[in-house]
Amino acid sequence: MSDSYLHSVYVIKDACNGCVACVKYCPTEAIRVRNGKAEIISTRCIDCGECIRRCPTHAMTAVVDTLEATHKYSYNVVLAAPSLYAQFPASVRREVIWQGLKMLGFDEIFDLSAAGDYIAQEIEQYVQCYTGGRKPIISSACPAVLRLIQVKFPELIQQVIPVLSPGEAAAIYVKKNVCAKQNLSEEKVGVWFITPCPAKGTNIRQSVDVKHTKMAGSISEASIYGELRRVMHNAIPEENLKQTITTGSSYGVGWGSCGGEIAASGLENALSVQGVSDVFEVLEQISMNKMNDVDFVELYSCSRGCVGGPFVAINRFVAEKNLKLRIRTLRQNEPQERLAARKSGMTCDGFPTSEDYVKVLEPRPMMQLDEDINVAMEKLEKMDTVLNTLPGIDCGACGAPNCQCLAEDIVQGKAFETDCIFILRSRVKKFAQGMIELSTQIPLTGTTKAEKTKEDQENES
Amino acid sequence: MEIKCEVPGNDFDRAGEASASIKKALQRLGVPADIVRRVAIGTYEGEMNALIHAGGGVIKAEITSNLTIITVKDKGPGIADVQQAMKEGFSTAPDYVRAMGFGAGMGLPNMMKCSDKFSINTVVNKGTKITMRFEHK
Ligand SMILES: Nc1ncnc2c1ncn2[C@@H]1O[C@H](COP(=O)(O)OP(=O)(O)O)[C@@H](O)[C@H]1O
Ligand code: SF4
Ligand SMILES: [Mg+2]
Repeated sequence: MSDSYLHSVYVIKDACNGCVACVKYCPTEAIRVRNGKAEIISTRCIDCGECIRRCPTHAMTAVVDTLEATHKYSYNVVLAAPSLYAQFPASVRREVIWQGLKMLGFDEIFDLSAAGDYIAQEIEQYVQCYTGGRKPIISSACPAVLRLIQVKFPELIQQVIPVLSPGEAAAIYVKKNVCAKQNLSEEKVGVWFITPCPAKGTNIRQSVDVKHTKMAGSISEASIYGELRRVMHNAIPEENLKQTITTGSSYGVGWGSCGGEIAASGLENALSVQGVSDVFEVLEQISMNKMNDVDFVELYSCSRGCVGGPFVAINRFVAEKNLKLRIRTLRQNEPQERLAARKSGMTCDGFPTSEDYVKVLEPRPMMQLDEDINVAMEKLEKMDTVLNTLPGIDCGACGAPNCQCLAEDIVQGKAFETDCIFILRSRVKKFAQGMIELSTQIPLTGTTKAEKTKEDQENES
Repeated sequence: MEIKCEVPGNDFDRAGEASASIKKALQRLGVPADIVRRVAIGTYEGEMNALIHAGGGVIKAEITSNLTIITVKDKGPGIADVQQAMKEGFSTAPDYVRAMGFGAGMGLPNMMKCSDKFSINTVVNKGTKITMRFEHK
């Protein structure tokens, strides 16, 4: 296993009080509390951000870029995602949000819903032309889900649809276009994603699905939300602003919350699942071939989809409602029929097709106890023996999420049996009993038998 | 090494536990993911049959570096007409079992499909023993 694997979530040690909330909720059992502080096992972390949500002391956070990072580039483009629009009531026009982004320093805005329309078309075609092969086909849109598949369900990799996420596809398009239009070299142009989650950010630094990302970095939605609201307050959209921005259809906007990807792709025998534990359950079902009569599954690691990302500012249910209303308003000015409506959002000349850029997911199984199967068997047997000595109540006081994980850590030499407080207690008890027993056996005379014999012998001679 | 799991009869709350624990063990041993998936599917079907049709049984996984052999043994009613039972869609599962989503009649055919070698040994009123062999490659 390589440790070169990147993840964005990290622990602010000073803020961590050693409770095991994160340990308990981590879907890949990637966190342990050791010496009173949480530690992330990097090979297991999928950057879903569940720990960020659960930590009561806000000790879990993630590496992201700040607006300052844009200063390194002479021309900055921001990709505005539907989940960002969802932070504002539908009555706030997109023009105002775009103007606000300009006031934050971006030179140009690309509306990600346009990319959503293109990718939806690719998905629709792929699913329609899919002959044979295992089903259901799995969405590739959420990088946290892709990472979950890599580490926990590598057997499902071939079912993941080989299309880019709208963000990555948009970045490729934007970079090429802007460089040509502004006559700038690639290193001068920064394409930024305002992200609802750490997973998207990680994917920019170490992509699992695109060969070469064209994104410069990601800026968390929450971190700019306050500032954006403030500038939007006085924002008067430039004239013709709308004409300068490529926008997608209402279907492209729908990608931000659950069911949107399926709706945009016009799939009927498809289902949408959100929230990492439900996603986990569904992947298990798929692995057992229990869902092979479904064509397509849209899986999002966050509850309610990207509007529920760990970095979004407002409540996910309100955000979802905002987005739904915005979609409804947009539909009033679109062709009735889905394909025609979606087509109206596809105005990018030479938008990239996934085929040329997409990378096949690499399996990264993490359960293996040892490279050598014979050694792994010994360890597994030992693990079983150790597990039998543990109380089996999964209390987490040892810093591992459950007794089985502690048994595994012990076998791997990363923890001690006495990390279990019940074992520690019984050892202390035994030890104390032994002391009491010993104390009753100490002869009251103060001389031992051996000493006495020695004395006698000396006396005789 | 050997792993043994009891399958309780008719206890649907515990359905799938035995195959899940065998799956986890194979993952820990580093058996290739595709093979683990096939073992899990085959074992699950065997487990469900023992649970539904035979009042419970025992599953044994014998694992070596290049081979997993799964045996599912029960002391149930046995199968009178094996050929018929092996047909896709044939099932004698009662209605209440079907209402829970089981009894599609695909278990035995799937066990045969997913394993490299499949054999069934059954005696009416004595019980059934199913053996599935999986090569690790
Ligand atoms: N262990 C068993 N003991 C007795 N009968 C069995 C056993 N396994 C299968 N059968 C019989 O074979 C039939 C077909 O099995 P299977 O293909 O698994 O379909 P299903 O379990 O959905 O009925 C069952 O309906 C049952 O009559
Ligand atoms: S559901 Fe969306 S916000 Fe959440 S991890 Fe996936 S891509 Fe990020
Ligand atoms: Mg069956």
